[in-house]
Amino acid sequence: MNASHSGWDWISVLVMSPLFVFIYLPVAVLVLFSFHAGQVPVPPFEGPSLTWYAKVLASDRITSAGFNSIVVGVLSSLVATLLATLAAWGLARHRVPGARAIEALLFLPLAVSYLVIGVGLLVAFSAVGIGKSLMAVGIGHVVLNLPLAFAVVYGQFDRDQARLEQAARDLGATEVQVFLRVTVPLLRPAILAAFLLSLTFSWDEFIVAFLLSGFDPTLPVVIWGMLRTGLNPQTNAAGTLVFLASLAAGIVFEVALLRRRRDARAG
Amino acid sequence: MNGSLAASGAPVPSAEARGARRDALRGFALALPATLWTIAFFVVPSAAILVWSLFRREGGVLVTDPGFDNYRRFLEQDTFRLALWNSVEVTLIVTVISVILAYPLAYVIATRVSLHRQRTWLMLAVLPFWTSYVVRSYAWLLVLAPDGVVNRFLLATGFATEPVALSFNRGATVLGFVHFFVMLCTLTIYASLARIDPKLRRAAADLGANGLQTFLRVTLPLSMPGVAAGAFLTFVIAIGDYVTPQILGGNTELLMPQVILLQINRRADIPMAAALSMLLMLLVTAAYLALARWLTARRT
Repeated sequence: MNASHSGWDWISVLVMSPLFVFIYLPVAVLVLFSFHAGQVPVPPFEGPSLTWYAKVLASDRITSAGFNSIVVGVLSSLVATLLATLAAWGLARHRVPGARAIEALLFLPLAVSYLVIGVGLLVAFSAVGIGKSLMAVGIGHVVLNLPLAFAVVYGQFDRDQARLEQAARDLGATEVQVFLRVTVPLLRPAILAAFLLSLTFSWDEFIVAFLLSGFDPTLPVVIWGMLRTGLNPQTNAAGTLVFLASLAAGIVFEVALLRRRRDARAG
Repeated sequence: MNGSLAASGAPVPSAEARGARRDALRGFALALPATLWTIAFFVVPSAAILVWSLFRREGGVLVTDPGFDNYRRFLEQDTFRLALWNSVEVTLIVTVISVILAYPLAYVIATRVSLHRQRTWLMLAVLPFWTSYVVRSYAWLLVLAPDGVVNRFLLATGFATEPVALSFNRGATVLGFVHFFVMLCTLTIYASLARIDPKLRRAAADLGANGLQTFLRVTLPLSMPGVAAGAFLTFVIAIGDYVTPQILGGNTELLMPQVILLQINRRADIPMAAALSMLLMLLVTAAYLALARWLTARRT
């Protein structure tokens, strides 16, 4: 076990390769057969063809669901990020009695299944007469994403930053000026990361949307409906498009976090 | 600081004490929107589940005098008990396999890859994480279909003479779950492993420990918080997941989430769904308590 820290040894390759095959196999098959020319997405592969992508983009049901998903995702992520940022600022920069209890409360939804959160909202909303709607889904997605966004932003507040804020205050800046001109710029990567994380989770979320969306479904709910038709290259094409959108947000998220780390190291 | 302490007994609060109070109020006001949101849309609905679980549905109407009828039905009916048992079994199997597969992957990345390449390899290892949850299960259906990639491979290589039934059973559900949670556990375990000072491993070696001893007595114990965090997340998410068993498991056996959705969509029996949700929450709490030792150690 002489760990050489640069080269590849055969044990590592032996461990890595089957796991990577396992991890990539379904995605590879999904993407490959989205370009399939035949009716059923199984080997042998025929094509490549863009027929199924054309069908997906021509389907009103899919595109309007995609639009719903974007609206719910952007609005719920904005709300979650805003609430999380304010809470993180309040708890990190002020001495609040019972801060630990508030923190614990904000993190609590992480320990409960999405399904249970969805059932709870379904019961509570129907009890007070709020019907199934995109609004209901959005409210649910804020609940799901608030703890994550809070964790991301809260983790970014540190001592160096507090000193810079104090300096601004000493130079006569008001609280609002301090927040807008010192705190927010320093936190920008973390806020962006929190927003993108929320966005991808909302974009991908199924069960809460399934329970609460009613006649205005989001994209995962529509794709769920498409699965009833069995194996179909159109589902592959839709799935590939959803994957690419998430991947794009994921990459921006990684870059934002990476820059945050570099900034932290440089600062 | 001293000012605020002294002020507590003084009739007129000092300027510093007033400042401290204003500071506390301001912080509280900032945290208030998030707190209220969580109370209104998480705490209250959770309480609603508890209350509704005590109601019951009789002859199509909601009966609101509280009782434990739903819980009694849970204990009496095989469908419900079996679903709970299946869920616990499947989730435990998934958790164990995911951790066992993720550990070597995280270990190789954390110890065998040069520092500046680790992040890239980690990203590559979890890239399919970004596939949509619904689509991911469907993708496995493609792979496991009777004329899918795996069966073609088995037939071509002579491992099988006719297509093997790979989908619509418990094995497919476990496989679909493990695929997702291997990636999740790799992230948490890597985070723990990367935090271990390499000097500790070298010190153990210098003191005469062989590779296995170093691993068992230094690396593994220090990485337990990551293992526990991964295992807990796997347990919470898997036991509440409806999608994977519904798509990949077929109808051979039902898990708790499937039975809960059945109550809501087919039976319109919200009280029973609420009671089953309560039991699900109880299971998650049990899992948390079982792993609490390592989960809380991680925070401090």
